[in-house]
Amino acid sequence: MSRPELTRRSLLIGTLGVAAAGALSACSSGGGATTPAATGGGAAGIDWTKKGPITYVQGKDTSGYVQPTIDKWNKDHPNEKVTLIELSDKADEQQQKMIDNFNTNGSAGYDVLSVDVVWTAQFAANGMIVELPAAQFPTTGYLKPAVDACTYFNKLYCFPSTSDGAMLYYRKDLLDAAGVTAPPKTWDEMITIGRKIQATNPGINIMGGQFQKYEGLTCNFAEWLNGGGGEFLDANGKPTVNTDAAAKGVQAMADAFKDGVIPAEASTWSEEPSRQAFQDGKLIFLRQWPYVYSLAQKTDGSSKVNGKFAVALLPGATGTGVSTLGGHNMAITKTAKNPGTCKDFILWWCGPQMQKENLLASSQAPTYEALYADPELVAKFPYLPVLKESIATAKARPKAVRYSDVTLAIQDTAYGIVKTPTTDVKAALAGLQTKLETLTK
Amino acid sequence: MSTITQAAAPPAKRKKNALSDGQGQLAALLLSPTMLVLGVVVIIPVFLSIRESLFFKSDAPDPNTGMVVSSEQFVGLGNYLNAFNSATADTVAGVWGTMPRLTNAFLNNMWFTVVCVALETVLGVAMALIMAKAFRGQGIVRAAILVPWAIPTIVSAMMWKLIFDADGVANKIIGTKILWLQDNAWSQLAIIIADVWKTAPFIGLMALAGLQTIDTQVYEAAKVDGASAWRQFTQITLPLMKPALVVAVLFRTLSTMAIFELPYGMMGLNKYSVDTLSTFAFVEARATRYGPAAAYSVLLFLLVAVVAFLFIKLLGADVIGDEEVKAVAAQKKRRRLAAKAAAHGQPAASVGGGGVITTTSGEGQQ
Repeated sequence: MSRPELTRRSLLIGTLGVAAAGALSACSSGGGATTPAATGGGAAGIDWTKKGPITYVQGKDTSGYVQPTIDKWNKDHPNEKVTLIELSDKADEQQQKMIDNFNTNGSAGYDVLSVDVVWTAQFAANGMIVELPAAQFPTTGYLKPAVDACTYFNKLYCFPSTSDGAMLYYRKDLLDAAGVTAPPKTWDEMITIGRKIQATNPGINIMGGQFQKYEGLTCNFAEWLNGGGGEFLDANGKPTVNTDAAAKGVQAMADAFKDGVIPAEASTWSEEPSRQAFQDGKLIFLRQWPYVYSLAQKTDGSSKVNGKFAVALLPGATGTGVSTLGGHNMAITKTAKNPGTCKDFILWWCGPQMQKENLLASSQAPTYEALYADPELVAKFPYLPVLKESIATAKARPKAVRYSDVTLAIQDTAYGIVKTPTTDVKAALAGLQTKLETLTK
Repeated sequence: MSTITQAAAPPAKRKKNALSDGQGQLAALLLSPTMLVLGVVVIIPVFLSIRESLFFKSDAPDPNTGMVVSSEQFVGLGNYLNAFNSATADTVAGVWGTMPRLTNAFLNNMWFTVVCVALETVLGVAMALIMAKAFRGQGIVRAAILVPWAIPTIVSAMMWKLIFDADGVANKIIGTKILWLQDNAWSQLAIIIADVWKTAPFIGLMALAGLQTIDTQVYEAAKVDGASAWRQFTQITLPLMKPALVVAVLFRTLSTMAIFELPYGMMGLNKYSVDTLSTFAFVEARATRYGPAAAYSVLLFLLVAVVAFLFIKLLGADVIGDEEVKAVAAQKKRRRLAAKAAAHGQPAASVGGGGVITTTSGEGQQ
């Protein structure tokens, strides 16, 4: 060290390291841990009577509803206090934190997780979350697709807390003006109505959705594929995308882009830009989630379509279409120390009363079926009956352990078609089939 | 200083370094906390990453139970080799055709680096020349030029995302409907524009520092000799600010090769026309494939190290700028030459002297 040239070399390495090794050190944070082989996370060996303080982990709460609600619980349960841990508002960052917590044997102290529907398979298969015995977690009264999304290999791993389904927002004023009394049930009807309206409203686009390359594209693409009668995976979890039914739906999407039914710029739209386009009056039909309803109804000038639109079920090839199921569910980590309190908290949080309060405060779709018929709620959220129908017939995205790879394979195929609508759809789906077969092996 | 230290140090070692003032051990002691921190936050993670890059964790679920039986196994260089092999790696179609994703990312990296750094250097030097001029409102111009550099990259990524939106300002100005934010050659251009806007001021700042060290007398002499402005720029300004400029370009090259925030913030992940080694490694790490992710990061690290080495060797980038180190190196070189000359049976002094004369006369001719 006393010789100058040695010091110089070390300094040089340091300088280079700062410039280059940022990514390296980020990667090694999770890499150093060797994951213990998953033991199955079975119900055996969990003491459901053990109570004490726990943590509840979810994404950033933008509604301001969560902490006050937890305070209510804490007031009634002074010895079983729940501490809220808020993660990023980005889904993949939340998922990463939960995986990191597991890889480090629960070093972050996560007990109850708010799990996105598409993470269930990965978390369950790796033993990150424990199986919830049916006797302790009764699911009667909850929407069936929401409960199904909580299962993996016919075992319950999550408890349904919020759900989500897509709806077709449409410009009721324009449809009325064109003499159309009912919203379209099929894609063809939608296009016919759209062309009719375009004749008197030049410059307006017929339909919009989320076709930017991200998870939203998987949801939208799935709806076209399912709407034609196709499926990603069959009942046994085997890929079945190279069928005629699937090709029919996807071809309809490709044609919609080719014929300008969906504008080309929709390939750069995620939720917000597509909402903006609808609120600016540039679209007749928009495929969107329920959160848009209250925003598009705003009378502060941000929406030009307030009071002029209504919602319907998504259209399909021959009849009503199929929505993609969204939502978050509650799960208990393998390292949770007080499963009894976790169980009580989950059942309380997902119970009808709290779901109603959650809906009123944050307009998140409930999973408890009866709430959709509650007159007080329907008066405040007129879209609830349509949303219930949408969720009741919704299809979950593939339950794959390597979901991030599966969704990327789907997005690659879908974005190829969106960018170049003249792509040979059958060949593209055959390629996707091969990829999915390797990924679900 | 003290006789004890002198006695303890072996006399042979002392002779080797004539310029050392005998405080090497104290220097080492004072530097050790820094080295310790560097070791913990840089050197150890680098070695952990290299180790990790040699392993692969299988995550295939059992077909009957659906449970993952994970096992991490040593695969040697498998992660590196598989990435380049189009039979085992996923191929993607960016703007360079269909190829393994790593190759595509590598080409994007190189393309961004060459184009961005070239444009930034030209613009940066121009900015420096403007900033160096004394005129009214100089402070405002300097501040305006430096504002982009002061904005966090991810914030400028969000800003440029709005500008390049289908209904954004960029399309309004040029009156077209280009889909910059899709995934095509326009997306690359959008990234390049944003990067140049953001970091040309950095080169400008470094070049300005170099510019201000040039003695005005040199320019006065050139004027007396009747040199044109262009000739002054190419013969005086550029050569004299080269040491500062080369360091700036080196730093920009290294950080452009690790470009991440702009593609991630403006375009999102998995867009193959703007996919870089950093974003690819990020995607792999997110998919909990830490082995391959580490391998790609190590490749990026090696790439950056090679480029930095070439810069230092070929362009003579003086990163450390330590006069003592230079003096020691020069002394060593002289000794080596002397030893060589002695071996050839020639008097050492005349060869050394001859070398000096040649150099001086060479400079005189310029």
